Amino acid sequence: MKNQLIMRKAIFTAAFLLVFIFSGLSFYRSRHLKEPVVAGDGLLEVRKLSHYFPGLKGSLNDASVYILGKGDAGSEGGAALVLGGSHAEEPAGRLAAWLLVENARLEKGRLFVILTANPSASTSTRPGGAYPPDYEIPTPWGRQKFRQGDRWSNPLDQWPDPEVYIHYPSRQQLAYMDIRNQNRTWPGRPDGTMTEKTCYAMTQLIIKEQIDLVIDLHEAELQYPVISTIVAHQKGEDLAALASMMISGEEGFNIGVEYSPVALRGLSHREIGDHTQAIPLLLETPEPFLDATRGRTDRALLLTGKDEFVMKAGRHGLLFEKLDENGWPIDVRVGRHLSSIIQIFKVWTELHPERPIQMENVPRYAEVISAGTGYYLKNPDQAPAGRLFYE
Amino acid sequence: MTAFITFLYYLMVAFFAVCFIWNFRRSKNWQSEVLYLIVLLPFLLRLFRLK
Repeated sequence: MKNQLIMRKAIFTAAFLLVFIFSGLSFYRSRHLKEPVVAGDGLLEVRKLSHYFPGLKGSLNDASVYILGKGDAGSEGGAALVLGGSHAEEPAGRLAAWLLVENARLEKGRLFVILTANPSASTSTRPGGAYPPDYEIPTPWGRQKFRQGDRWSNPLDQWPDPEVYIHYPSRQQLAYMDIRNQNRTWPGRPDGTMTEKTCYAMTQLIIKEQIDLVIDLHEAELQYPVISTIVAHQKGEDLAALASMMISGEEGFNIGVEYSPVALRGLSHREIGDHTQAIPLLLETPEPFLDATRGRTDRALLLTGKDEFVMKAGRHGLLFEKLDENGWPIDVRVGRHLSSIIQIFKVWTELHPERPIQMENVPRYAEVISAGTGYYLKNPDQAPAGRLFYE
Repeated sequence: MTAFITFLYYLMVAFFAVCFIWNFRRSKNWQSEVLYLIVLLPFLLRLFRLK
């Protein structure tokens, strides 16, 4: 009887260790996956966020800042900052930023790009969400793998959460987990949590580099009303409205404009506008992967945006954006972001000829849909010396 | 202060992980044994900073 008991516990322990080792390896690999970036000819320099706020040095969130320009010749123009991966589970934002760094050339002005604005959030997936750990984009030279990520910073880097998150400096009470949500912790503070410090570093970057425009790239579930839109601070209302008209007229898709609510604190489109000289705009594309009524949460859903259950919700009038059997493929979502950025820069330059931002060689909506996102990703094995970086 | 609170939480996780292992060893009911191991898994993943 005693031997039986020992044998049973040994079997259970062995099974437990097997599960622990395999799951642990999977989580470890996902957290430490290196994503290659082959910077294009337009790259001037890569800095770390700690350059602007040393308090972030040594932290996982000491993100890379890719600075694109034309050297001294272009430094007289304006300056823009594009943020990908504020919410890492919204891949179109990160991929659009990736294509900017790998392809864009600045004729006038400077472009600052942060591919992973919250690196910690890119190293975990949502508990209970059944997210895949990563996804792959097909390219002419193979497949490039990216981390899936989550909306919130990884609890391994910032834990525990408070009972109620009190936003600084407004003292507005927000949901407890949003203390790890990078789009609820702007403008940040130097002695706050890691996520708040990251926002503080980016706020310092915006002030010190005299950034004119901040474009924060996001995706949204179709059951959320703020979708397929530009969310603009009141300083950028004209710019957003004009850009929306230009996009609808020239790029082949419609995008709306929403105004940033004054009473909702912590968001980039509110706090950057209130605390710095820059005009913040937040872009949303549709991502059915995020919808609560989705079916199987796999890589296919992430990349094709096809889901019969979300479609059924649409038939019941529960969606704020259309969804048919074509889904919302990643190329459509990346293309929307890129064309929106191109048109925003164009309108900005027309409105502010003394601070021009002129960008070339970035694929537009129709081109990304036609050739695919991966067509514009460069082969890290053939990267010129000094141009290969890792996120 | 934040780092100190985090450290206390890790101590708490370690304490409960030891409790689960202790109870697993003492238990003579196979269903309880399975339950202790299932509950132990996320505690160890956090303790080893894997998830």
